[in-house]
Amino acid sequence: MLTYVIRRILYAIPIVIGVNVLTALLFFYVNTPDDMARKILGEKNVTPEAVANWKAEHGYNLPSFINAKESGAKVLTETVFFQKSIPLLWLDFGRSDRNNIDIGTEIKSRIWPSLAVSVPMFMAGLIVEVFFAMMLAYYRGTYLDVWGMVMSVVMMSVSTLFYIIGGQFLLGKALRIFPISGYDTGVYSLKFLILPVIIGVIGGAGAGVRFYRTVFLEEMGKDYIRTARAKGLPEGKVLFKHALKNAMIPVLTNVVVSIPFLFYGSLIMETFFSIPGLGNFTIDAIQSQDFAIVRSMVYLGSILYIVGLILTDISYTLVDPRVRLK
Amino acid sequence: MQKFLFMAMKSPQAEGFLKRPVFTAFLTLFAAFFILAPVGCSPNNPYRSTDKGKDIFYTTFNEPPKHLDPARSYSSDEYDIIALIYEPPLQYHYLKRPYTVIPLTAEKLPTPAYYAKTGARLPQDAPPEKVEKAVYEIKLKKGILYEPHPAFAKRQDGAPSYSSVSDATLEGISEARDFPLKGTRELTADDYIYQIKRLADPQLESPIFSIIERYVLGLTEYSQALKDDLDAVRKKRKETAGPSYNRDTDEKENPIILDYGRHELPGVEKVDAYTYKIILKTKYPQFIYWLTLPFFSPMPIEADLFYKQAALMKKNITLDRFPVGTGPYRMGVFRPNMEMVLAKNENFHEEFYPSEGEPEDEKAGLLRDAGKRLPFMERLVFKLEKEAIPRWNKFLQGYYDNSGLTSDSFDQAITFGAAGKAELTEFMKDKGIRLLTAVRPATYYSGFNMLDDAVGGGGAKRQKLRQAISIALDFEEYIEIFNNGRGIPAMSVVPSGIFGYDGGAINPYVYTLDTGRKRPVRRTIEYAKRLLTEAGYPEGRDSNGAPLIVTFDNPWTGADTAPVINWYIKRFKLLGIQLENRTTDYNRFQEKMRKGNFQFFSWGWNADYPDPENFLFLLASANGKVKFGGENVSNYTNPDYDRLFRQMENMDNGAERLRIIKEMIAMIQKDSPWVWGYHPVVFGLFHQWVENVKFNPMANNAVKYLRLNAGARSLLRGAWNGPVVWPVFALIAALAVITLPVVISVRKRAARKRNG
Repeated sequence: MLTYVIRRILYAIPIVIGVNVLTALLFFYVNTPDDMARKILGEKNVTPEAVANWKAEHGYNLPSFINAKESGAKVLTETVFFQKSIPLLWLDFGRSDRNNIDIGTEIKSRIWPSLAVSVPMFMAGLIVEVFFAMMLAYYRGTYLDVWGMVMSVVMMSVSTLFYIIGGQFLLGKALRIFPISGYDTGVYSLKFLILPVIIGVIGGAGAGVRFYRTVFLEEMGKDYIRTARAKGLPEGKVLFKHALKNAMIPVLTNVVVSIPFLFYGSLIMETFFSIPGLGNFTIDAIQSQDFAIVRSMVYLGSILYIVGLILTDISYTLVDPRVRLK
Repeated sequence: MQKFLFMAMKSPQAEGFLKRPVFTAFLTLFAAFFILAPVGCSPNNPYRSTDKGKDIFYTTFNEPPKHLDPARSYSSDEYDIIALIYEPPLQYHYLKRPYTVIPLTAEKLPTPAYYAKTGARLPQDAPPEKVEKAVYEIKLKKGILYEPHPAFAKRQDGAPSYSSVSDATLEGISEARDFPLKGTRELTADDYIYQIKRLADPQLESPIFSIIERYVLGLTEYSQALKDDLDAVRKKRKETAGPSYNRDTDEKENPIILDYGRHELPGVEKVDAYTYKIILKTKYPQFIYWLTLPFFSPMPIEADLFYKQAALMKKNITLDRFPVGTGPYRMGVFRPNMEMVLAKNENFHEEFYPSEGEPEDEKAGLLRDAGKRLPFMERLVFKLEKEAIPRWNKFLQGYYDNSGLTSDSFDQAITFGAAGKAELTEFMKDKGIRLLTAVRPATYYSGFNMLDDAVGGGGAKRQKLRQAISIALDFEEYIEIFNNGRGIPAMSVVPSGIFGYDGGAINPYVYTLDTGRKRPVRRTIEYAKRLLTEAGYPEGRDSNGAPLIVTFDNPWTGADTAPVINWYIKRFKLLGIQLENRTTDYNRFQEKMRKGNFQFFSWGWNADYPDPENFLFLLASANGKVKFGGENVSNYTNPDYDRLFRQMENMDNGAERLRIIKEMIAMIQKDSPWVWGYHPVVFGLFHQWVENVKFNPMANNAVKYLRLNAGARSLLRGAWNGPVVWPVFALIAALAVITLPVVISVRKRAARKRNG
């Protein structure tokens, strides 16, 4: 398995470099350094000299990929791509274009609020979705199953924004049970997390319940379940002991691939609830055209995606002895 | 059904469920809510209970500040913070109108001394062309101390305690306040001189450098010398490192500190420890306003050197985030992604609430605190709220002390009385909320590209074409539809509150004066059509019968801007002119403006300072966008206007200046390079417990004059925010009622199966 993991990591290197090149290309063609400078310097008194000075100070006065004025290795190294993107390979994210902050330090400080929301939301969501999916599977064919499915489809069709605004209005404003938005440090953050977690869980439940119900129903039609029932096992035991265990592969595929993205936070949820996480950080960077942060977050996203895929593969071997990684 | 439910609850399965710990916990929670609700506990309170009843002002900001370094910061949101920490030599009087500049750290207002080329002293009314040098001598008050800060902490030998911090030293430190040792020192003239030199530092990219280099003697040369120094250091480092050189990484590990003392800056001069001179190369009376802005605040060299340490920069502890000043507040907590807390500066010098104001201020209770020492509030908490809906709802719950108004909340808050005056709705009045309105010193306008063949240029025909369009674009209607009435139609570029504005005057090319009601009446579309015919476009068609097509460039990409664009198209259509919309993103829009590749556009201007020069320069040729990259986006050129502008710009306010301004306004009204648009009116809401509130759009440090009745706030917050929990439990009960029958029946069925 170790060889497999190493091989996958090596495969990942050209992928992340490719992501970097594509990000840089997109940015330079859609949004030139001059555009960035003007956006960041503001609307007043932006003279050509100020733009030139900004580009020089932020290292955007170099050619994008090839520096024909230099010789030797400097043809490649004295370029924006090399100066800005190559240090990312060893996770040196550099400084932001907008306000010169150290991006690595900022990411480290913002991971925790993101995790504080996304982990409980993910865990509670998973438990709720699996629980209701099993319940619907258990009571299949009854009005509970039918209306449960109808509700799931309805819930899937509703926009996340509706859940957020509706949840804030109902539980924060009308019933006054939770703070409408905000965040605090340490244990004081708990009261700010309940509402986004509830909303996140409800918002994601429709799709999750439908997916897991299908998984459970598929398992419950298999021969070993029929055997278990023929042995006279109670339905609960059949479902929780036998069906659940064997339904773990599709469940894990869904779960493990999501884990790395928990670090990435939720873009909309963090913005509406003023949670100082990475989702908020990324939205700010996109709006202010801070290429340094966008580049770092895209790069981080690509790494997390690859990590998620490797973890999924590894987890298969743990839950299914038939799977071997070579 | 009831019988069925009763039987279900009495079944053994239901009894088992009732005994489970989950149900017990649920019951406990239920009971807890019902016990807490009547005693006034507010579970939606976003603040810690330890802060209850304290003199803390809660307000919001909607995006993290970009810069808090006074050499770099140039946005009103950032000024709300740093103007309370840094103290420039002058400030605006809080209550007096028109806006009046008064001393802050200076002993008195500086009077510029003018000198001729020969060195002879000139009188105050000397014509600008004769002035070779203008000298502002600023004498500071003595005994002003900086806030307690680690940059001033000293060891026993007198050396700074934190001159070489390492990563190990910074273990457990994430903000400037976390350093255990702090010190202070007295404010001196050197600090102001140091800051002016910083404005020329190319590393700092000061946004006003391009303006003040035109005035401060030798600043351009000084900046170039610093740039040469910087380039030399970088060149040397690059040569030493070879191809592996990465400037970002190199300067992250080893920041470049330029020596400002290496070169002379003739534009600033130290007289003694408390006195310094700023020497301008021309007469520029508006310079007094610049001295109220944070750009001219003091910067202690200790703070600059302290923050330029690699270990601190890596932790994002920089001068751009942690200001060091002498103002009424100091940065307490800086988490820009969540909140910023300003705490009262223990070392703040004596400053008192003003005892004079406008005649109506006394009646409004604004002089009750006259002569009392400032500031009144213990802490100022700025909370990040990016979305308008949660911000507004938290204001209504009493968790924010003030709020602006967005279109979403406008109808809930404002109603228009019989006289058309904006008033609070009954709902807001019941809460004791107060409404304040003020015209902002700003102009939002639409303009023509005067370089364009069809709509630009001089001559009577083109003037008439632009005048006709100006009439058709009914900004009274625009303000009503899109701005909820928050604006006053503009008659020229100069807004209300600025010298030269005449509330009774009209733009005669667009309005007539209803002498009976003494108000302007917009000229009719028929009149505009006649002008259009005279301009050579009868019914909006040229001599060949082809329709006149005008392109409209704007950066309005949001979904809610479509009705605004349609409004423009509709108004143009009244004249038979086809308006072709060309919405682009802001970057492309700016590029088109820079290159002059447009016909008609929309933009706005906020005053830097309350002087007509700051508006009239927007139409001076020397500021043409295409030729000079300036702010004259219309690229308007009129030699007579330019001549008058040069005459007016450096004059003191007086009858002669007013006469010239009126003449200039008449010229641009006739030429109509802009459709004058409107001057926005700000609506601000304050809770009843906030006192001494008066809008002052020019004073950035107005919060220091506010006072709170924290006891009243606590009581009202409690009364407004009692939780309502029964619907939650009703919902859970309803779900249980729906679910329980099927659960029990399926279980019974399974039991029957098991038992054969």
